[in-house]
Amino acid sequence: MTTDLPVDRTVELGMPSAGPGATGTAAVPRLADGTSLTKKDFTSDQEVRWCPGCGDYAILAAVQGFLPELGLKRENIVFVSGIGCSSRFPYYLDTYGMHSIHGRAPAIATGLAATREDLSVWVVTGDGDALSIGGNHLIHALRRNVNLKILLFNNEIYGLTKGQYSPTSHVGQVTKSTPLGSLDTPFNPVSLALGAEASFVARTMDSDRQHLTSVLRAAAEHRGSALVEIYQNCPIFNDGVFDVLKDRTEAAARILHLTDGEEVAAGDNVVVRDDRGSLAVVSRTEADPARIVRHDVTAADPSAAFALSRLDSPDLGHVPMGIFRNVQRPTYDDSLREQVASARTGEVTDADIDALLAGRDTWTVGA
Amino acid sequence: MSAKLVQKLDRVVIRFAGDSGDGMQLTGDRFTSQTALLGNDLSTLPNFPAEIRAPQGTLPGVSSFQLHFADHNVLTPGDAPDVLVAMNPAALKANLRDLPRGAAIIVNTDEFTKRNLSKVGYAESPLDDGSLESYDVHPVALTSIAVEALASFTDLTRKEKERAKNMFALGLLSWLYTRPMEGTEAFLKAKFADKPEILEANLAALRAGFNYGETTEDFAVAYEVAPATMPAGTYRNVTGNVALSLGLVAAAHRAHLPLFLGSYPITPASDILHTLAGLKRYGVATMQAEDEIAGVGAALGASFGGALGVTTTSGPGLALKAETIGLAVSLELPLVVCDIQRGGPSTGLPTKTEQADLLQALFGRNGESPVAVVAPATPADCFDIAVEAVRIATTYRTPVIVLSDGYLANGSEPWRLPRTAELPDIAVEFATEPNATDDKGQPTFHPYLRDPETLARPWAIPGTPGLEHRVGGIEKADVTGNISYDPDNHDHMTRLRQAKIDGIADTIGSLVVDDPTDDAEVLVLGWGSTFGPIAAAVRLARATGARVAQAHLRHLNPFPANTGEVLRSYQRVIVPEMNLGQLALLLRAKYLVDIESHTSVRGLPFQAGELADVIAAAVSSLSDAPLKEAAK
Repeated sequence: MTTDLPVDRTVELGMPSAGPGATGTAAVPRLADGTSLTKKDFTSDQEVRWCPGCGDYAILAAVQGFLPELGLKRENIVFVSGIGCSSRFPYYLDTYGMHSIHGRAPAIATGLAATREDLSVWVVTGDGDALSIGGNHLIHALRRNVNLKILLFNNEIYGLTKGQYSPTSHVGQVTKSTPLGSLDTPFNPVSLALGAEASFVARTMDSDRQHLTSVLRAAAEHRGSALVEIYQNCPIFNDGVFDVLKDRTEAAARILHLTDGEEVAAGDNVVVRDDRGSLAVVSRTEADPARIVRHDVTAADPSAAFALSRLDSPDLGHVPMGIFRNVQRPTYDDSLREQVASARTGEVTDADIDALLAGRDTWTVGA
Repeated sequence: MSAKLVQKLDRVVIRFAGDSGDGMQLTGDRFTSQTALLGNDLSTLPNFPAEIRAPQGTLPGVSSFQLHFADHNVLTPGDAPDVLVAMNPAALKANLRDLPRGAAIIVNTDEFTKRNLSKVGYAESPLDDGSLESYDVHPVALTSIAVEALASFTDLTRKEKERAKNMFALGLLSWLYTRPMEGTEAFLKAKFADKPEILEANLAALRAGFNYGETTEDFAVAYEVAPATMPAGTYRNVTGNVALSLGLVAAAHRAHLPLFLGSYPITPASDILHTLAGLKRYGVATMQAEDEIAGVGAALGASFGGALGVTTTSGPGLALKAETIGLAVSLELPLVVCDIQRGGPSTGLPTKTEQADLLQALFGRNGESPVAVVAPATPADCFDIAVEAVRIATTYRTPVIVLSDGYLANGSEPWRLPRTAELPDIAVEFATEPNATDDKGQPTFHPYLRDPETLARPWAIPGTPGLEHRVGGIEKADVTGNISYDPDNHDHMTRLRQAKIDGIADTIGSLVVDDPTDDAEVLVLGWGSTFGPIAAAVRLARATGARVAQAHLRHLNPFPANTGEVLRSYQRVIVPEMNLGQLALLLRAKYLVDIESHTSVRGLPFQAGELADVIAAAVSSLSDAPLKEAAK
């Protein structure tokens, strides 16, 4: 069959009807007025089987506690996961759920979100699942801006396979598969997501329930793909890797809170921009006030968010936390539905299909 | 019509051959369309290199299109061309060995330059050295006559005018075989609607070719092939890939499900993605995924949400999709996977046909993971097999693999249009209510509580209140679907999944044997695209008095229930396959019957003549052995 589209043709797509300004759950049926659900409604009857002390418990509790706040019908919420400790998550939530295969959850969730606007679709994944075996699906889901909320539990280790290094393990890390130290340069998940054109990128921590909940809320609100990196402790194979961020005094000095419109600062230090556009953390007393960075979460240009993401250091000397980027752009699923809807001319009838099958050149043979 | 003679023929095989950039596929396609509209039965075989533009004038760059048309039922694109149109020396050299003595060759003499001849190793022009004496050679300066005919188009460059040579050739052939050109004129008008100059030039070249045939003395006779006698109905010409696409749309319509295609471009399957991408009007959503795995993953996600999830690919892509198909086996959700097979292993022969993915389709996954497998027999059958695949997938909540191939995908034949309202009713019912009570007496939902007849589990889609449940790739407890590592449960579930697929045999009908004399002792059994060549071979063999039976499998897993019985009722069973004997292996293993495998993996369909010889030898071996017969 010959197709004769000119190779360089571009058409103006326009903004799908769901945006701008539509929330991530705009088309999801809500509970009737006066009714609400509780954490218990989102707790399944399955016994939770993570190791004692695993950070996943805290995240599960936070999510179960947060979901009622959305006011959505429970049956319209779906959690899709890949493989790994974190990916057991859907079994413990009394919503619709799919525990799929290693790395593929973003692809599977894309097909679901594209065909079902009335669902709130969440992906639960880990550093190995999302960044190693599933890296391709993650970046493409983000660039397409599918209306998915991706929760990336980052514990910098492979837990389910018992302690090999992951794509976020630091250089030199000694693990079962790197007895002489890891040789790989790690990914920074936030930088990766921003490089993949993500429209919403945030970082939070398993143990900070309030912060975690506020980030989940913003992610749910966002229409489009949202990547939420959650620092999560693995007490068995990588215990204490984020401990310095959990100590109140240390955290105050190290965590650079990202709050829209406010200076990016940690304790006595602030973030300043140098002449070449790079960011640095300096003592407030030494900082030129004109160079202090104020966070602009909705900046169209992702450069500033990217620069912030590069302030991480392997020793967790400074760690930006919060929402790096939150911008509106057309989502893949809305646009796809829009193309289908605008091509349709009403209910497809048998006669329409008959005409389609016949095409343009037919001939008739008499009886 | 001029005073020239018109002679009637009953069948003709034409092969158009030229450089990849010469437009041979388009020329063949248009000639086919004209022939279809005339009411001939036909079958086509496009054959092109994997390279988009191999070096010009070289043997690897030769692209060809063969068409067999007749006043009677046609089963194959023809073993040997009666006419070869060779646009350059490479096209002549690459195709000459397929021509029987006496065949007509129309050559474009303009391309027979010293340089072009030496590119393909001709020291001297075969047009001059007498090597073509036993053929009926018609040298025509196709390029220069076409350019001359376009002399008045002063705005066009010489190169642009030269490009119209394929339309000149098409015009000439249209005259030679008295084909109406209105369809091609309409096609050109649509194609070049916004390029009036190019349009007029193409039309002029087409008519110039036709007029050339009428006036030149080189062609003394024009030919006519009368319309074939075909069952009453409305027909169109269709390729396998288009028929498959239309079948998916029609089946989704009949199932009342939105169609979602997740696909990654791969030869020779991409045309299905192209076709479906243009059918959004029918509620079809297509997604070009980042890779083969995402294509099937997105399709499975769509199925989980209650759409008809489909993915299309070829052999290398099927390998990549294996893990996700295994997940679909475990989730027990509908999924249609279309594998348009090509030569393998690895990248293999991307543009050539083969049917060597049968075992991959059946067994190419970890663990015991049975899926249904079906295969179309002809290009038009791709429509029916798509409907059948959707029926099985939605009824049994299972992945179904459709094994088409490059020959069916790109080949075409007349297709008697079905009526949509008469297609099978495959309407799907989603689960809407709890199907059990829990230990507290409350209504609850068990996602793996099966339909006792089909063993299918309920399809409960998100958005249905009260049926919230989790599915996954970990082994599930029977009925509840909860995670289970229990040994007996795994054994039970493994057997249940197998039994569900085996049970499909109850709804697919029997294997039908064509045995006109009812006393054949030799059975030829095929599957997939070998149907045409086998049927043509059987016809040839019967014409010489051989008694031979033919049967064809469209269902490869499960097989029709009577397959073993059929195999055992013949003394010799021959299974021709374009692989090294994959179906034969399955049949021997399952039915303990001594199958004789006849195989070829040349990237091309079987030739009917070759198979007819195999059949004749088998038949005569039995009739020459009366003692053996008596001993039975």
